[in-house]
Amino acid sequence: MSAVGEYVRDITETVTTVFEGMAVTFSHLVRRPMTIQYPDRIPKPVQETLPLRYRGILEVDMDICTGCLACERVCPISCITIGIETSKETKQRTFTHFDIDICKCMYCGLCAEACPTGSIRHSQEFEGACYNPAGLVRHFVTEPVPLYKPKKGGETDPTLAEKVETGLKYLDEFASPEKGGGAGTEEG
Amino acid sequence: MQQLLNQLIQEGYFHGAPMELVYAGFMLLAAFVVLSFFVAPLAGITSWLERRVWARIQSRVGPNRVGPQGILQWLADGIKNLLKEDIIPTAADRRLFALAPYVVFAGFFATFVVIPFGSQLIVADLNIGILYLLAITSLVVVGILMAGWSSNNKWSLLGGMRSAAQIVSYEIPAGLSLLTIVFAAGTMSMQGIITAQGWAPWNWFLFYNPFTFVAFFLYFTAALAEGNRTPFDIPEAESELVAGYVTEYSGMRFLFFFFAEWGNLYVIGAIATTLFLGGWQIPPVTDHPILAGVLQFIVFFLKAYLWVFVAMWVRGTLPRVRVDQLMSLCWKYMVPLAFICLLGTAAWMVIWPQGNRLASFFMFLIGLGILGLFLKRVSFQIRHARPVLYLKPYI
Repeated sequence: MSAVGEYVRDITETVTTVFEGMAVTFSHLVRRPMTIQYPDRIPKPVQETLPLRYRGILEVDMDICTGCLACERVCPISCITIGIETSKETKQRTFTHFDIDICKCMYCGLCAEACPTGSIRHSQEFEGACYNPAGLVRHFVTEPVPLYKPKKGGETDPTLAEKVETGLKYLDEFASPEKGGGAGTEEG
Repeated sequence: MQQLLNQLIQEGYFHGAPMELVYAGFMLLAAFVVLSFFVAPLAGITSWLERRVWARIQSRVGPNRVGPQGILQWLADGIKNLLKEDIIPTAADRRLFALAPYVVFAGFFATFVVIPFGSQLIVADLNIGILYLLAITSLVVVGILMAGWSSNNKWSLLGGMRSAAQIVSYEIPAGLSLLTIVFAAGTMSMQGIITAQGWAPWNWFLFYNPFTFVAFFLYFTAALAEGNRTPFDIPEAESELVAGYVTEYSGMRFLFFFFAEWGNLYVIGAIATTLFLGGWQIPPVTDHPILAGVLQFIVFFLKAYLWVFVAMWVRGTLPRVRVDQLMSLCWKYMVPLAFICLLGTAAWMVIWPQGNRLASFFMFLIGLGILGLFLKRVSFQIRHARPVLYLKPYI
């Protein structure tokens, strides 16, 4: 008799479990798909949704760059090249070029940590595809720019002050290990 | 169709031409029209819809880029496959290899001869319609075995053998459950079976008695297995056999197999509709022959497509069964149950030769109850799941 009972139980189990499974999958038909349809069918660009500390492609704010070369020195793979020349007459120092080779960059964030003003920093941009590797070299100086000199007692020019503040905020968030959560924070 | 041709011949349109040639030409034309304007778009759109439905079941989106909501995806896939190189392996049996897809395709396409889309819209109302169906769909096994053998590849051969074993086994419960309807209707002609039913659900053979109700689900399961559909798709089980008997195929020949598979889905639905769900029967709303014909076609198409949808839904739900499970399901459960249904219907007909209307209505109520229970479970699942509701069919 037990064999018959088992046989009938097999049939009922098959029918009820399939029934229940079909109910589960049908309920999924009326739920929102989880897919994010990158790149075009999204409410706002992915770049805008990324956090400030995201290590995207490097960017430099030339207006607040002091030309200290700390980033060039600290870069483990020398993807940053900076050219500075001093004018003979006015003793004014200007940038001739400031190039970052995105091909080489390994997004370690050491340059952003070393920067005293937070002018070199990782942006939220990550779409760097292009047809030629040369196109991945970012030129930040198109015409000679004078170096930035930090003033004692804070910046007075309002536009520059804003930029300095942005840079320092970035440093606070990203580059300074003491603040906690920084890139250099390690246990022990 | 035949009446129209006879009329044309009588009016002297083909004067002097041999009759056989005229008939043959007309049949070729009919086949061409049905193939290019009905079957090909149907199979294509079914392939797209299946991917969409499947994706939504898995909380994905599915193809939605080619044309509005991706509805032209099948055209893109078809053109791509047409342009692909047609590779025949050097070790393969060239003739069999080249012929196999067409045998499979013919086995599927020839079923359209007896599918009644309306009271007038049928190619040939054979008086052995169901027998013809069972016979012609078995041609698919031959094609699949040919493909598996001629590829000269272990996976192809295993897939072909599994498929043959599966189709031959499941032919029995499918045939037996169809036979219950033949008992109840007293005819094998497809049109005869439909006219034996009514437009109202309680006049359908699905609710004729409890045995036909079970026979319907037995038929549907067996038909899924015969069509090599998940959960019975072991002949082309990706995880173990690469692609089974289609492993070595490429380009258009590959497409023919899948064309047949997706078209076959509609054929399964159409047969289920004809035998169990009242076919093209509509309430007596219009006397106009053409309007009535269009309504009948729409009703039939929707009923048949509902079961195509159910097949997609089953594919999204159930995992693939093992070979031994497949065989034990067929021989230990479905064949005895199909025999019980057959004998039960026979006994029923001895007691109530004209059928029992009260019992039919009661069965209809039970069917509604099962549907209600199902909807209750679905709403329970919706309420207890985290993802938000999204009732739009598009995204």
